[in-house]
Amino acid sequence: MIKVGIVGYGVYIPRYRIKVEEIARVWGADPNQIMSGLRIREKSVPGPDEDTATIAVEAARNAVKYANVNPRDIGAIYVGSESHPYAVKPTATIVAEAIEATPSLTAADLEFACKAGTAGLQACIGLVGSNIIKYGMAIGADTAQGAPGDPLEYSAAAGGAAFIVGASEANQTIADFETTCSYTTDTPDFWRREGKPYPKHGGRFTGRPAYFKHVLSAAHALLRKLRLTPEDFTYAVFHQPNGKFPIQAAKELGFTKEQIEPGLLAPRIGNTYSGSSMLGLAAVLDVAKPGDRIMVVSYGSGAGSDAFSIVVNEMIEQRRKNSQAPPVEFYINWKKYIDYATYAKYRNLLVVG
Amino acid sequence: MGVPRFWREIPSRYNLIGVKCGNCNKILFPPRFICPHCRRTGKLEPYKLKPKGKVLSYTVIHVAAQGFERMVPYILGIIELEDGPRIMAQITDCDEKEINIGDEVEIIFRKMGEEGKEGVIYYGFKARKIPKS
Repeated sequence: MIKVGIVGYGVYIPRYRIKVEEIARVWGADPNQIMSGLRIREKSVPGPDEDTATIAVEAARNAVKYANVNPRDIGAIYVGSESHPYAVKPTATIVAEAIEATPSLTAADLEFACKAGTAGLQACIGLVGSNIIKYGMAIGADTAQGAPGDPLEYSAAAGGAAFIVGASEANQTIADFETTCSYTTDTPDFWRREGKPYPKHGGRFTGRPAYFKHVLSAAHALLRKLRLTPEDFTYAVFHQPNGKFPIQAAKELGFTKEQIEPGLLAPRIGNTYSGSSMLGLAAVLDVAKPGDRIMVVSYGSGAGSDAFSIVVNEMIEQRRKNSQAPPVEFYINWKKYIDYATYAKYRNLLVVG
Repeated sequence: MGVPRFWREIPSRYNLIGVKCGNCNKILFPPRFICPHCRRTGKLEPYKLKPKGKVLSYTVIHVAAQGFERMVPYILGIIELEDGPRIMAQITDCDEKEINIGDEVEIIFRKMGEEGKEGVIYYGFKARKIPKS
């Protein structure tokens, strides 16, 4: 198998934000209790003309700008999401057409709660690594919804990230994969039945037997496989269903606050589901230096985790300088607050007529 | 709008594919079959317009067309693209107070509408004020 890496990446986060205290005001909850429980201050909200397809397209276009590759050389596009606009009809074909990668490519939508994007990344590593395609694009994007009044409503946000994977030759990658491994079991901690608008979840059951078991097991498997310890990594990114779980996971694995801080976005934008760990990785790549080693562990309810070890190479600084694609920090700061009534209108929570 | 018509127009709706006349060098959008300047001596070839322009004029819609009720009040603008053609497009992700004539905008990919709850979803171009970084 040939060595593969990241040729480019792009992100997108919708402009609108709602504060946790605004949601708490509507439901008569104590905002300080929720903010200290979830460690989320505000979350991103998609505009009325945004969905997973439009978010995926903006992120994909930014990735093409960063990578500076011919989109027709992209041989696979996978869009991972739990909020694809259609039940039947792929988001990936919409993205492929919008970045002019059609028609000589394979495309598919993936679904695995919050880790469908990293599942796509693994598929791209396999296809590029076995020399079947030149470049592969993996996207994680979501416009997640929690039922009004449900604790999920405070965190369910919107955003996405796209990664272009290619062979680590000809100085085209900015960071290279050392390996990837996964940990998967049948654990019903969170689900949404066909035709139902909102997901259901197991409350506290989503913690120890679900998130922590899978994230920690995948991280341990990666460390064993590479014979590394947390000190060997410059940064670590864990899936962020809230601002608390990734900090706790990092602590239990032996990572410091400094290692996880740059990739920890949930307190400022909420849980972007399939976008979460991939946006965290993008935020880390925005600041990483050559030689830095990054651990990424996603988590998808139902349940599984994909772990990656990525080493940044010397191409990153020049490519970052030349890139026209906005960094994660730009989108986080490009925001406009809305109240709960506007949020309800934009998210189609109101029954009209 | 029927599905076949939308499908035929995907290149121009998603990626601003217009035409350029090889005879008079004028760029036309939406694409046409015959150059209105050169008539039969025109040589039209597909041309991808740059997704940048500026606001030439705009209006604020308070009484929405069907399907746009959730967006009221929304802004419709005439955008002069860098390549010359003027297009009418919704200016999204901002309110009236944030937009001025002459503002630079980028053309982005957004949801335009849908054929009810069961029909297809239409995507296409809208304009967005270029955010200052």
